[in-house]
Amino acid sequence: MGKEPTLQLKGVSKSFGAVQALYRVDFVAYPGEVMALVGDNGAGKSTLIKGVAGIYPFDEGEIFFDGQPVQIHNPREASALGIEVVYQDLALADNLDVVANMFLGREMIQKPWRLDEAAMERKALETLESLAVTTIRSVRQPVAELSGGQRQSIAVAKAVMWNSKLVILDEPTAALGVAQTRQVLDLVRRLADNGLAVVLISHNLHDIFEVADRITVLRLGQKVKEFIAADTTHEEVVHAITAGTLQHVPGMVQHG
Amino acid sequence: MDDVREAVSSAKSGPAWGGGSLSLAGYLREYGKRIRAGDLGSLPIILGLLVIATIFQTLNQNYLTPRNFVNLILQMAGITTIAIGVVYVLLLGEIDLSISYVSAVAAVFMTMRLRPPDGWPWFVALVAALIFAAAIGFVQGLIITRFKLPSFVVTLAGFLIWNGVVLILIGNGGTVIIQDPVIIGIANYFLPALWGWIAVVGGAALFVINRVMGWNNRRRRGIASTPALVVAFQSLAILLAAVFVVSIANQDRGVPFVGLVLLVLLVGFTFLAERTPFGRYVYAIGGNAEAARRAGIQVQRIRVLVFMISSFMAGMGGIILASRLRSVDTAAGGGSLMLNSIAAAVIGGTSLFGGSGRVISAFLGALVIASVENGMGLLGLSAGVKFVVTGLVLLLAVLVDAVSRRGRARSGVA
Repeated sequence: MGKEPTLQLKGVSKSFGAVQALYRVDFVAYPGEVMALVGDNGAGKSTLIKGVAGIYPFDEGEIFFDGQPVQIHNPREASALGIEVVYQDLALADNLDVVANMFLGREMIQKPWRLDEAAMERKALETLESLAVTTIRSVRQPVAELSGGQRQSIAVAKAVMWNSKLVILDEPTAALGVAQTRQVLDLVRRLADNGLAVVLISHNLHDIFEVADRITVLRLGQKVKEFIAADTTHEEVVHAITAGTLQHVPGMVQHG
Repeated sequence: MDDVREAVSSAKSGPAWGGGSLSLAGYLREYGKRIRAGDLGSLPIILGLLVIATIFQTLNQNYLTPRNFVNLILQMAGITTIAIGVVYVLLLGEIDLSISYVSAVAAVFMTMRLRPPDGWPWFVALVAALIFAAAIGFVQGLIITRFKLPSFVVTLAGFLIWNGVVLILIGNGGTVIIQDPVIIGIANYFLPALWGWIAVVGGAALFVINRVMGWNNRRRRGIASTPALVVAFQSLAILLAAVFVVSIANQDRGVPFVGLVLLVLLVGFTFLAERTPFGRYVYAIGGNAEAARRAGIQVQRIRVLVFMISSFMAGMGGIILASRLRSVDTAAGGGSLMLNSIAAAVIGGTSLFGGSGRVISAFLGALVIASVENGMGLLGLSAGVKFVVTGLVLLLAVLVDAVSRRGRARSGVA
């Protein structure tokens, strides 16, 4: 594995008051691979993601992006690096069309004031085409008219349009039916095949074994295991999630 | 990442949807499908206007005459102007109840400055009054956003406060006459026949040229565009409408200057809403404020700006109304002005729940309200009957919208 990781976290911790949400976690995401992040509720998945996305900084630990040490203080800095997060509640405006949503907050401008609709539509079409999202009738229809899977696809396409290098997907299939889930998983795989580093948070092990290359298991704020998906089984992962060995007992008083 | 770019460039060849014009038959089929599914657009209101015109013309032969046509433009100018601001506030999902008395405050403020001892020149007084109005919106917007208060309550307080300010400014029971000829001219000047032709038909021609250029740009870039025949038909319809309006108005006193003002305001604020990032953000906040916030949009700043637009347009409308009366008095901003202005935006098709509507709905709704009032005025009906009928029209408009929305939900179009 000669590849340099796109994202590497070394010993990151985060606590909220007395609650230790993350404790000295190491984490990597490689370009062209899907890294699944799993763990029970409260394991620290969201905290990890929010730290990388710049929602709140880690208390300690180092972040390397493309091998360079970086600091991420806010969401703007994260997107400047090429980190995009697709949140569970998709953050799409139902009343706007597909193009307007994909460019929301980053509109292309013509002359002093005017939206460059033609250029935005062109680029949106190209992005969707490159991701083989072809089930949408028109990019000028309001997002409200789309199915759950299509909406998820738009949210993902919106994230990858900005020269992003790392895409983080938070439970992208949680609310979807079988066929829709299929669509989104295919899309996740294509992102990695196109050379992006993908982090996939999911509770559904079936989905994870279908698309992930590696699996990181968190438990009670600590990393208990990293698996290569091809070399492990459902049982092993489930065991790690529920009973993985902790290096530090929660509630124990810390020194240093 | 290079792989992504490669994939993007190789994708340019065979788009599944974009590419070239739709065929005419395809376009009409698509349109028919939307109509049947309940996505009616402006269709109900245009039908409604035809019905109103037919009824009043049958009851009174003076309804569809050049004289009454020009009167209608004069009567709807103030409400339309105020309703444009209301559309913006409604797009956010907010409300502004202070508009009527903000309009009165602006008109009174301007009128006082025109008179001795101040004796300001008309343009200074006009601009100062509009800035004053916008400042009121700034303060109200700031209170709403900073303290997270409902706009309903804050602007209701504004409604009372500015009503009081109008009474205090005018003093005991007087009427203040406007003597400045330019200010009076806003709502009382008519363009000479030739200038009417040049202004309105020229404006329509510019609009058509812009439309054709935009269409051509899309076609050249290979994005799905409206069939050429439809664009040609729309252009012709706009030009014919312009010719029709001027020829009718010229049979009476001519095109009212205030009609041109309305045209400029409607085009300008439509552009702002639909062609600029600011307008896009207004729609986005009305649709999903959280999504807008996450997209990096400064939601609170946009909100304050929209309340400023609302007050500014109210001020403008108040000045137009005062110009028409040639005076201001203690009744300014009273009566049904506020409710009619909000009703105009809603009858025109702007949703009260945010995120949906167009600036033109201010015009269409005001046209309906003014037509009903004007027609019943000709019939000599009492104010009571006018209110009842206007209320029924509002109810009907909201019902049509609700029913068509249900149709859309059922057919999956929206």
